[in-house]
Amino acid sequence: MFLKEYFSTVFKSIGSLLKGMRLTGYYFTHPKEIVTEQYPDNRATLKMADRFRGEVIMPHDELNEHRCTGCQACEIACPNGSIKIITQQELQPDGKKKKRIDTWVYHLDLCTMCNLCIEACPTTAIVMGQNFEHSVFDKKQLKKILNKPGSKLKDGVE
Amino acid sequence: MSLLGEDVMTEDGEFVINMGPQHPSTHGVLHLKVWLDGEIIKKVQPHLGYIHRSIEKMSENLSYRNFIFATSRMDYLSAHMNNEACALTVEKGLAVEVPARAKVIRTLMAELTRLSSHQLWWGCTGLDLGAVTPFFYAFREREAINGIMEETCGARLTQNYMVPGGVMFDLHPNFQARTKEVIKQIKDKFDEYDQLLTGNVIFEQRTKGVGYISKEDAVSWGCTGPMARASGVSCDIRKLFPYSAYDQVKFEEILDTGGDCYARYMVRMAEMKQSVSIIEQLIDTIPEGEFQAKTKAVIKLPKGEFYQRVETARGELGVYIVSDGAASPYRVKYRSPNFSNLSALPHMSKGAKIGDLVAIMATIDLVIPDVDR
Amino acid sequence: MVIVGLCLLGFLVVLSFILGYMERKVAAFMQIRLGPNRVGPKGTLQIIADTIKLLFKEGLTPKASDKFLFNLAPFIMVITSMLVVAPLAFAKNFQIWDINIGVLYVSAISSMAVIGILMAGWSSYNKYSLLGAMRSGAQIVSYELSIGLSLITIVILTGSLKLSDIVMSQAGGWWIFKGHIPAIIAFVIFIVASTAEINRAPFDLAEAESELTAGFHTEYSGMKFAMFLLSEYINLFVVSAVAATLFLGGWMPLHIGSLHGFNHVMDYIPSSVWFFGKTFFVIFVIMWFRWTFPRLRVDQLLNLEWKYLLPISMFNLLLMTAIAILGWHF
Repeated sequence: MFLKEYFSTVFKSIGSLLKGMRLTGYYFTHPKEIVTEQYPDNRATLKMADRFRGEVIMPHDELNEHRCTGCQACEIACPNGSIKIITQQELQPDGKKKKRIDTWVYHLDLCTMCNLCIEACPTTAIVMGQNFEHSVFDKKQLKKILNKPGSKLKDGVE
Repeated sequence: MSLLGEDVMTEDGEFVINMGPQHPSTHGVLHLKVWLDGEIIKKVQPHLGYIHRSIEKMSENLSYRNFIFATSRMDYLSAHMNNEACALTVEKGLAVEVPARAKVIRTLMAELTRLSSHQLWWGCTGLDLGAVTPFFYAFREREAINGIMEETCGARLTQNYMVPGGVMFDLHPNFQARTKEVIKQIKDKFDEYDQLLTGNVIFEQRTKGVGYISKEDAVSWGCTGPMARASGVSCDIRKLFPYSAYDQVKFEEILDTGGDCYARYMVRMAEMKQSVSIIEQLIDTIPEGEFQAKTKAVIKLPKGEFYQRVETARGELGVYIVSDGAASPYRVKYRSPNFSNLSALPHMSKGAKIGDLVAIMATIDLVIPDVDR
Repeated sequence: MVIVGLCLLGFLVVLSFILGYMERKVAAFMQIRLGPNRVGPKGTLQIIADTIKLLFKEGLTPKASDKFLFNLAPFIMVITSMLVVAPLAFAKNFQIWDINIGVLYVSAISSMAVIGILMAGWSSYNKYSLLGAMRSGAQIVSYELSIGLSLITIVILTGSLKLSDIVMSQAGGWWIFKGHIPAIIAFVIFIVASTAEINRAPFDLAEAESELTAGFHTEYSGMKFAMFLLSEYINLFVVSAVAATLFLGGWMPLHIGSLHGFNHVMDYIPSSVWFFGKTFFVIFVIMWFRWTFPRLRVDQLLNLEWKYLLPISMFNLLLMTAIAILGWHF
C-alpha cells in the first residue's frame, strides 16, 4: 500500500513536470509565437492609438495662428502646476485692448498626462500629441513654450 | 561585527537579515526585517514609508475634479478601480445619477483591469518562486488588455478615465470587437497557466500549507479581497454592496477554505474566469446614451462626510472624504487593501522558511505604493 | 603538455561563450522573446561584448571580507570545473588523459566545487552569501550520493572505471538502450542530481535570486563574477558530457542491431560531431528544466534526495547488479 502510494506520487509528479516542459517546448519550437516588438527599428510602422496621450501640443495652422485665448482654464485645471500662461494686453486694430497670450509654458517634466487641461479648454487650443520619446540630456529642455514665435490668435475664436 | 549593523545576531543567536528596500522579491520598496534561526523565520517586521508621497494630503489642496488622478499612483495595477472609488464618492456627495452607459463602461474597464492585474500577479508569483517563464506569458495577455486601455482611455497604466459623473470619453469604436477578441485569446490561455504552474508538483509543494491564515485571523487582521476569500471570509464588495453595474450581472463570489498560499492562488485563478464571464455578459449590451452626467465646472460637495468602497484587484478600497463645503476636500482618507493585508504577513510567516516568505508575499499580491500612499 | 593545456583553456572559454549565447537564446525562445539580436549577426557577439564589459569593471572587494579567501574562491571554482574536463573523450582516439579511474576521478573532483562556493559565501561577509553557501553545502553533499550511485550502475555493466573502456563497450549500442529500464532510471536520476550539483534551476538555491538576491556571489563583481559564470558553464558542459559518455555512448555513432546499411551511414558522421551532439542535447534538456520549473525550497530539496532519488537509485543499482550478473543486458 505504501509502495503503491509512493510510486503513484513519483509518476504523478513526473507527469506534471512533463506537462510544463511540453508547453515551453512548444513555444521553443514555434518561433512564430514570439511577441517581441523591435522598437527602435519599427519606428516607421509604429502607430500609436489615436487617443494616446504623449504630451500637450498646441496646433498652429499654416498662417501661424493658434486658438488659445489665454483664459487660463487649463492652468486652473492642471493638478501639478505644469502649465503656466503669461498673458499681456494687446492693442487691437479697433483700438480696444484685449488679453492675449505672451508665452504658454509647459513643464513636461511635471506633467502626468491626465488630460484634464484638454477637457477644460473651451476652444480646443491644446490637444494631446502622440510623441512619447521625451528623453533629453538636460532637464531644462523639458520646459517648453508651446505658442510659436510670432503666432497670434485665430480670428473668430473667443 | 559592526559593519553588518549592531543586530547581526541577537542574544538568542538569531540571525537578522534585511530583505529590502532593494531586494528582488519585495515587489518595490518594502523593507522586511527578518529574524532567522537557520532557515526558519522567527519574526518578521515590515518597515514602511519608502515610497510615501502623501497622496492624501495632496488631495486636500486639489479640487474634486483634480484629485482623482493621483489615486492611479496608489495601486497602479488597479488604477481604474481607484479612480472609480473616488468618482463614486464625489458623485455620492453631489447626489448625481450616473448614466447607465457610463456605469457599464466603468464595470467593463474595472473587470479588464482586474484581469490584467491578476495576470501580472500570476507572472510575478512564478517569478518569485523561481520560474521566470510564466512572467512573459502573463505579460503577453496583459499587453493585449493594455492595448484596449490605450485605445479607449489614452493611457496604458494610469488611465485617469473616470471623472465625477461618468467617464472622460466615450468608448472607442473598436472597443467591443477588440475586447471580444482579447477575451477569446485569454480564455484559450488559461489552460497554459494551469499546465505551467497550477498542476506543477514543485509549485504545489511550495504553496500548499504555506502561510496559513484562519478565517478568524483574516477577519481580525482586516484582510480583504482574494486573500480573505481564500480563508473563507465572504467580503466581495461587488456582491455585498453592488456599485456601478454589478447588480446587473451574474457572477460568483469565489470562496476557498484552505487559507494557505495555494488557496489564495486558486481564488485568483477562479476570479479571472469570473471577470471574463462578467465582461462577456456586458460587452454586447452596452446601453446607448450619455457617457457623462452634467456636473458644474467647479464641484463643491455639501458639508459632511462621504464614504464609498469598491473591490479592487487586491481587496476593499475605501475612500473617505470630509467636506467643509469648499471646492477641495477638507480631509481625504484611503483605506487601502494592501496595508491591511500586509499587516497579516508577520503572523502568517512565523515558523516558515525564507523561501516561504517569498511565496507568501507573492500570494498576498503586494503593491507597495498602495501600502505607503 | 602546456600547449594542450592552453588549447583546452581556450576551448573552454569559447565553449562557455557558446553556452552563454545558447542559454540566452533558449530562454528567449521559450519565453516568446527574441533574445540578444543587436551585437553581431543574430546577437552572436553579445557575450563577447559582455565579457569586455566585465573585464573593465571594478572588481570590488568588501572592506570586511576575508580578502585572501574572497579572491581565491572564484579561481577554485574555475580550476575544479576545468580539472574534470581532462579525462573526457571528445572524439575517437582523442582523449587528453585516459586515466584508469576516470569515473571516480570525475565524481571526486566535481564534488570539490562546494569548497569554492563555501569559501565565497563565507569570506564575502554578507548574510545572504553565507545563507547561500550553507544551502549549497547541504545540497551538493546530498546529491553526490545519487550521482555516484547512478554512475556505478554503468560501471557495473562495463566492469571498468576507464572512460575509454566505457565508450568502447557501447560499440554495439548505447547503455541507455542496452541496459533496460534501470539504465533509463539511472540516466534520469543522473540528470536530475547533476542539475542540483551544478546549482542550476530548479535547484539553484545557492543563488536563489528572489530569496537571497544572488546567494554566494552577491558581493562579486567584474571578472571575479565572470569566473563564477565561466565555472557554471564549464560544469554544465562537463556534467552533460559525462552523461553523454556513460549513457549515450560518448563519441560512438548510433548503431541499431544488424541494420548494417544504417550503421554504415552513421559511421560517416565524425565521432566528434556525435559527442558534441549528444552533449548539447543533454545541455539543452538541463536548460529546458531551468526555464520551465519553479525553484524548490531547501527542505523539499533534501526530501527529494533522501526520500526519492536515493532509495530509487539504490534499488535501481540492485536491479542493475542482478541484470549484469544474469547477463540480461544486450
